[in-house]
This record gives sequence, C-alpha cells and structure tokens, in this order.
Amino acid sequence: MATENIMRVNLKVWRQAGPKEKGAFVTYENVETTPDTSFLETLDILNETLVEKGEEPIVFDHDCREGICGMCSLYINGHPHGPATGATTCQLYMRRFKNGETITVEPWRSAAFPVIKDLMVNRNAYDQIQQAGGYVSFNCGGAQDANAIPISKEIADEAMDSATCIGCGACAAACKNGSAMLFVSAKVSQLALLPQGKVEAAARAKAMVAKMDELGFGNCTNTGACAAECPKNISLSNIARLNREFLCAKFKD
Amino acid sequence: MNLFILNSSIGRKLVMSITGLFLVLFLTFHMCMNIVALFSAEAYNMICEFLGANWYALVGTAVLAAGFIIHIIYALVLTIQNRKARGNDRYEVTSRPKSVEWASQNMLALGVVILSFLALHLYHFWAKMQLVELQHMAGTNVDTSMVTNGAYYIQQTFSNPVNVVLYLIALCALWFHLSHGFWSALQSMGLDNKTWFNRVKNIGIVYATILVGGFAIVVIAFFIKSLCCAA
Ligand code: HEM
Ligand code: SF4
Ligand code: FES
Repeated sequence: MATENIMRVNLKVWRQAGPKEKGAFVTYENVETTPDTSFLETLDILNETLVEKGEEPIVFDHDCREGICGMCSLYINGHPHGPATGATTCQLYMRRFKNGETITVEPWRSAAFPVIKDLMVNRNAYDQIQQAGGYVSFNCGGAQDANAIPISKEIADEAMDSATCIGCGACAAACKNGSAMLFVSAKVSQLALLPQGKVEAAARAKAMVAKMDELGFGNCTNTGACAAECPKNISLSNIARLNREFLCAKFKD
Repeated sequence: MNLFILNSSIGRKLVMSITGLFLVLFLTFHMCMNIVALFSAEAYNMICEFLGANWYALVGTAVLAAGFIIHIIYALVLTIQNRKARGNDRYEVTSRPKSVEWASQNMLALGVVILSFLALHLYHFWAKMQLVELQHMAGTNVDTSMVTNGAYYIQQTFSNPVNVVLYLIALCALWFHLSHGFWSALQSMGLDNKTWFNRVKNIGIVYATILVGGFAIVVIAFFIKSLCCAA
C-alpha cells in the first residue's frame, strides 16, 4: 500500500446490543483506509482492530458484495446505500469521501424494519410481502422458443428494469412515510407486464398490497425519495402501475 | 369492493386524490368567477345572487364542504399512519435528494395553512353573504341589503393591506400544495407512465400557476384600486 494513498476517516456508527436494547452512536476516529477500498471493507478493517482490542465488532448485513443480492444496507450520511446513485453500499468506494471526513452510519429506520443488532435490521417484512403473491403459481412449462410468445422490446425492457429490484429495503428506509410501494410495485410490475404473469396480476396486486398494509408500511404520498435512493433506479411509473392494477382489481370485485 | 377505500392504503389514496381534484375543480370555477369582478361589479354581483341561498347553491355548498371535510380527515389519518410506519427512531442525518420536491414532504403543513386561511376567508365573505341569507330564511331579523354585493366585500377586504398579505401567503401555500398535489393525484389514481411522467408534472405546475395567479391578480388589482381611490 503506497503511503500517499492512505486516507483516514472518522466513522460515527450506530451501536445497539440487541432489538430491545437502547442504542447510541460511537465515533471511531482515524480509521485508516484507501480511496480504492470499498466502504464495507473499511468496516471490515475497523472490525479487525475492534476484535484485536477485544471489543465487539460492528454487525452489518452483506453477502455478494457485488450489488446483486440485496443484503447490504446502511444509511450513510443521510442516504440509504450512501451518496452514490444507482449503487448499493457494497459498490460504494472510499473515494466518494474526503480525507478526514466524519461519516455517519445508521441502520435503516422504519417501524417495519426493527434493528436486530447495530446496523443489521430485520427485513423479513419484504419476504412476507413477496410470499403473499410475488410469483406465478401455475406451471409455465420449460423454456420456450423465444418466438413462441411475442413480447415487444419495449415491454421486455420495462419488465427487466422492474425485475432488477433486489429487495434491499432502501425504498422504505428513504421514505418519510415508511412506505414499501416502490418494492411492491416493482415486484407486481415485473410479472404483470409479461404474459405468464398477467394471468394472476389482479389477485397478486391485491394480496401483496394487503400484506404490505397488514405489516404496517405507510401510505405512499408520491414524494419520490424511494426512486431517488433506489440502487437499481426502479422508476416511480411502477407505482402508478401498481395503483392501476390494484384499483382495477378492486372495482371488478 | 369490501370497503377498500377505508382499509387499504391505495384505496385511501384514491379518496385523497378524488377529493383533492374535486377541490381543484371548485377552485377553477371560483377563480373564473373572481376574474369577472375585475371587469364588472354588476356582473359579479349577479353571479353572487345566482349562488345565494337557493337550493342548488346550498346543495353545492354542502357537497363542497363534504369534499373539504373528507380530504382533511383522510389527510390527518394518512399522516398519522405514516408517522407510525416511520417509527419512533429518527435518522441523525437526513438529506433530501434533489428530485424530491419540498412540497411533497410538507403536504399536511401546507394544508393547515390553507385551512386556517379558509376560516378567515369564510369570515370575510361567506359569513356576510350566504350565511346572512340563511339566517334571514330561518326568520332571524338581519339586514339582507348587502348579501349579494360581493364586489363591495372584495373592495372592502382588499383595501386592508393585512388581508392582502394573508391572502397572498395562503395562495403561495396553495401553489405549493398543488404543484405536488396535481400530479400526485393522477399518480395515485394510476394514470401515469414513463412517457407521461414529466408531462403530467409540468401540466400540474402550469395549472397551479394559472389557478393561483388568477386569484392573486384579483387581490392585487383591488388593493391597487384602493390605493388609487384613497389618493
Ligand atoms: C383548496 C384546498 C385544497 C386542494 C385544492 C387540495 C388538493 C390536493 C390534491 C390534488 C392532493 C393530491 C392527492 C394525492 O396525492 O393523491 C392533495 C393532497 C393532500 N392534501 Fe390537499 N387540498 C386542499 C386542502 C387541504 C387541506 C385543508 C389539508 C389539510 C388540512 C390538505 C392536506 C393534504 C395532504 C396531507 C395531502 C397529501 C396526502 C397524500 O398524498 O397522501 N389539503 N391535496
Ligand atoms: S425498489 Fe429499489 S430500493 Fe426498493 S427494495 Fe427494490 S432495489 Fe431496493
Ligand atoms: S452485498 Fe449483495 S447487494 Fe450489497
């Protein structure tokens, strides 16, 4: 490691021993890292020093570390997944920050995402919504000849864009209303746009919205903070589609 | 339909958006009517007469009041539920992304400003016009000579600079409420897509500007008139 590349940051991190425990910020000063080190690796480095000192390491969620699994979270300097747009926390590098900067790291804060420990929150609520209807229940058979079911490029692209949602929870974490609408709308859209998914679209929209409401997520007031912070740039037009699907389904009942 | 307008989040938003757009429609008529006062006091007073204490106007007033009440009750319920969904633990650092409009996060506060203004406004006009007519119909001994002289009350109200300032503040709040509310209502009803997204937003802002501008012109015009006449 060339010395000129070393940078130091102060990490102000939320520490909380357990779900019922009272948490507080602890500032770790002069954590040594480099601009090309990822944010999570910087936390790893800090954790190693904590372990060496016999202290509890900071608990945070992560898995793939390449932006596809949706496990990483963290609310960094006022933004879920940090200041970068269209990127997850695991794709965030220290070059985004200034040498000597104090970086505030908080867990997702939403009533439906209770803290488990430190920066790790329980995002089981999103799994429950997905399980309520985010699938196709019948057998669609094996892979078809691509020409057998014609789908326009436009629709295919839109469905693919919706399907890139990784279920990370940043949308609800960013929302002042604690609303899960961006996630639910992406999951409803990715299927509603395509022929096999369309068959159960109405029932799916009703079931997933009912679960979302039951779990205590808020009412969307279209602030758009979710889409602005979403690491996958899921668009607000998905929410309009969900509203449409849901309202049409209810009026038909 | 099993009461989804009460017990589902999207159903509640539908009520919010329909009542909101209904109020926008009302404001559109109200603004057009006010513009008439700029040109002719007699014509304006004729409209006032037409909208006096007759059954059509009374039913209209009742429906309008219901629109306001439902919009406000739902606004309160939604806001309370949303605060609960957010939880008790707040973020230490918050930073509003550039694309998030300030108005969208302060709809209730803007609504409360509009509501306080509404009380003042009813006191300035309705209480001196339709209400007096109603009292008269109920047999109370009141002076009804002025109940359709809206033009007089406009001049009286806007000769007072305090009222002018209060009305303009309320109109600003209304502009912000609608700059978000208009497109938000269409989005809530599901009438939006990628192509129309920015168009709907811009239409909403242009519409809010025309609406609020129309009201503001009347306030300012009568204030200027009062200054000229006084001089
Ligand atoms: C002339 C008066 C008013 C008009 C024209 C109006 C119009 C609107 C419209 C069009 C919306 C958008 C609906 C949606 O997002 O689906 C809205 C939302 C809202 N209004 Fe009003 N409104 C008025 C008065 C009020 C008052 C008096 C209050 C509260 C005391 C209020 C509180 C709200 C709130 C909190 C929202 C956001 C709710 C949400 O989006 O879920 N409004 N309004
Ligand atoms: S919509 Fe975006 S922010 Fe919300 S869960 Fe999916 S990827 Fe995460
Ligand atoms: S760790 Fe998998 S998306 Fe960040």
